[in-house]
Amino acid sequence: MAHGPRTPFDNKIVEWVDSRLPVFTMIQKEYGVFPTPKNFNYFWNFGALAMVMLIIMIMSGVVLAMHYTPNAAMAFSSVERITRDVNWGWFLRYLHMNGASMFFIAVYIHIYRGLYYGSYKQPRELLWIFGIIIFLLMMATAFMGYTLPWSQMSGWGATVITSLFSAIPVVGKTLVMWLWGGFSVDNPTLNRFFALHYLLPFIITAVVGLHVWALHVVGSNNPTGIDPKGPQDTLPFNPYYTIKDMFGLSVFLIVYAILVFYAPTLLTHQDHFVPFNPMVTPAHIVPEWYFLPFYAILRAITFDLNVYLLAAGALIGVLVYQYCWRKTPDARIAPHAPKLIAAAAIIGLPGFALAFLKDIEALKGIIDHIPLQGFHIMEAKLGGVLAMFGAILMLAVLPWLDRHPVRSGRYRPWFRIALGGFVVCAVILGYVGAQPAEQPWVAIGQLATLYYFAFFLVIVPWLSNNEPVAVLPNSIHEAVLAEKK
Amino acid sequence: MKHTLLLTLSVSALLAFAPAHAADTPATAGAAPASATVEGTQDAGSAADAPTAAKLPASSPEDNANTKTTEGNAEAKGGETKDTEAKDAEAKRAPAAEAPADASATSAAEATVEGGAEGDATNVAAAHVAEEAPAADAHHVPQAPKMDWSWNGPFGTFDRPSLQRGFQVYKQVCAACHSMNRVYFRNLAALGYNEDEIKSIAGEYQITDGPNDEGEMFERPGRPSDHFKSPFANDQAARSANGGALPPDLSLIVRARADGSNYVHGLLTGYGEPPAGFALNPGMHYNKYFAGHQIAMPTPLVEGSVTYDDGTTATVEQMSRDVTAFLTWASEPVMEKRKQTGLKVMLFLLVFSGLMYATKKRVWRNVN
Repeated sequence: MAHGPRTPFDNKIVEWVDSRLPVFTMIQKEYGVFPTPKNFNYFWNFGALAMVMLIIMIMSGVVLAMHYTPNAAMAFSSVERITRDVNWGWFLRYLHMNGASMFFIAVYIHIYRGLYYGSYKQPRELLWIFGIIIFLLMMATAFMGYTLPWSQMSGWGATVITSLFSAIPVVGKTLVMWLWGGFSVDNPTLNRFFALHYLLPFIITAVVGLHVWALHVVGSNNPTGIDPKGPQDTLPFNPYYTIKDMFGLSVFLIVYAILVFYAPTLLTHQDHFVPFNPMVTPAHIVPEWYFLPFYAILRAITFDLNVYLLAAGALIGVLVYQYCWRKTPDARIAPHAPKLIAAAAIIGLPGFALAFLKDIEALKGIIDHIPLQGFHIMEAKLGGVLAMFGAILMLAVLPWLDRHPVRSGRYRPWFRIALGGFVVCAVILGYVGAQPAEQPWVAIGQLATLYYFAFFLVIVPWLSNNEPVAVLPNSIHEAVLAEKK
Repeated sequence: MKHTLLLTLSVSALLAFAPAHAADTPATAGAAPASATVEGTQDAGSAADAPTAAKLPASSPEDNANTKTTEGNAEAKGGETKDTEAKDAEAKRAPAAEAPADASATSAAEATVEGGAEGDATNVAAAHVAEEAPAADAHHVPQAPKMDWSWNGPFGTFDRPSLQRGFQVYKQVCAACHSMNRVYFRNLAALGYNEDEIKSIAGEYQITDGPNDEGEMFERPGRPSDHFKSPFANDQAARSANGGALPPDLSLIVRARADGSNYVHGLLTGYGEPPAGFALNPGMHYNKYFAGHQIAMPTPLVEGSVTYDDGTTATVEQMSRDVTAFLTWASEPVMEKRKQTGLKVMLFLLVFSGLMYATKKRVWRNVN
């Protein structure tokens, strides 16, 4: 890769290798002198931290796999044996199970950093998409890892999540049986999940390679979102950012160590310590905390999509397109906007009643008379699954939803407020995901889900056209000097 | 500079881990895999006796649950109800070790209800509670009081005499019905017993081993490498002796319940008369900290259930605290080592972070 002129190394051995395969030249170029914006704040540590977590997870995982037995009858006991009898097995297990949480913490902060400072924008779209692919792969890996101890939570979690695929029309049921390797979550399921849990991290590593490669082509974003214009804006990666990452890492490891040594089961449900029994359903089946917001979105779709909601949704879609996605609405449509809104409200009302008010006794007499209610466009279950995957898809297409010329949230006060609301919603969704599916949590979850999607599909496109473009500093260097004053 | 840092890192890491590592050699490493197999077989057994109906693909787990609970009801044996009721009074007063049959029959039902919705209920009442458990669970269970346990906090350790007393309570009361398959006699070294004491404790039990060269199973005295002897030969025998219910293994009970130590202590001491107007189902007992307040296990601990070897007065509170300590230890025997290692790691990381911060400051001092 690193062709072209090469500066010889003094060390004979290094030089011998480098003249045949210029790995040292590459390291020197990409991690030694690599010009890096000099104004990174500590948010910029989390990419490296995620990388460290990936390595810790693979290393601890490989050793755990040496002691683990992927058999439905023995898996739970083998995990307990690791904790009780294997030399330092408890350490490896706690490192691994809490490492998943720390990995997700690092990645969530990393994603938030990207959102706030507009790191997904041109020319980093592909870099961002690789990131989302890594996130998806991590979710799959974490989910399968969750099933391996073959506890009540493992088995039932696997049942709930794999059953989601049965919502897919026509092939759903067959697909689920294919995933299970049988008629229920059983030994074949555990075996394949173990194989995939071992495989996927290496695929993640490969995509991380692409992610880093793409990063090193376009260069890092920075808190101002302004491209570096010259040497006064950048620093060589080493020693400035190697040492900053080392400091960030040691603080991160303190948090990690507190979990591992003083609260190893803080983030683990107690049903994870009961062996899986396919005959006994636990009172609550909850995923790990890092899936809770998506779990809440999945469960927010409690209603079948009826014809009224679809029609009203189409009208609202037209309005959103005209007034949020376009700079100015089409002249032929604008005069009719009030009529369109009224039409959407009138058509939407029975749809809303069918979807949300069906359980209210007092309204039963009226709702029962709404025509066409037996006609479902899409069942709630499929709607939930689509919403959950759609929530991640929103992130992937964000570079094309946000066309505002300013990158960084630092100079976008309106966007900053909307993003703050998004974070609040994500936290609320996480909380709702841990609650039983009863009121008021269902309604709160539905409202938060509405904001989640509105943020991407309505607010961000509208801000693209309407948020004032601030006057940016001329360069990173200038911004840094202004800050110091 | 870089090399110095690396050196500091590796040396400190070695210092933090090396001594403890050297001391850590499992006494009978060879026994462990064998035991895993034994446990595995039992698990396989219980999986195999699952009704075929439940193996069919189900659209949702809730559907499954309902089916199973109904099956559980169908399996419930009416005859057992009276039996249990009649013997309750005796079981309350009689030391469990002397009346194993009674104790098993009754506390088995507790296992049923505690399990959330375990299929085989001893009577309809138990099944009823089991059905309600999901709704009543977690959110409506009164919290057991937070106790000031010796093992709380980052420096918490176990009190050896208390662990030994707790072991005695388990051995003489709980073990009549509850197995602890993940705890081995050799593990008792952590309670402060020496090798000879452990050998003699293990030797009190007759363990079925084999087959021998003639292909026969045979009985032999227990060894330190054996796990605690289960009160029943297998899950089926346990169910059969307990009216169809399976008393849960207690090896992990503290971890398998929310706020486990406080919960176990609360449950053991939470018995009492139901408040006026509380409809207690036949064969059930009122317990303050149990989901739905109806528990089938009669009061397991009564004043003087055990006579402590060390002369401590065996009040209910005392026995409950001791057995809670023992069960907490059993749920995670490595706890003390975990915290001790944690202290070294934390000290190292704090110093290391300080060094990194100072170095970072120095490297960055000329950047503007």
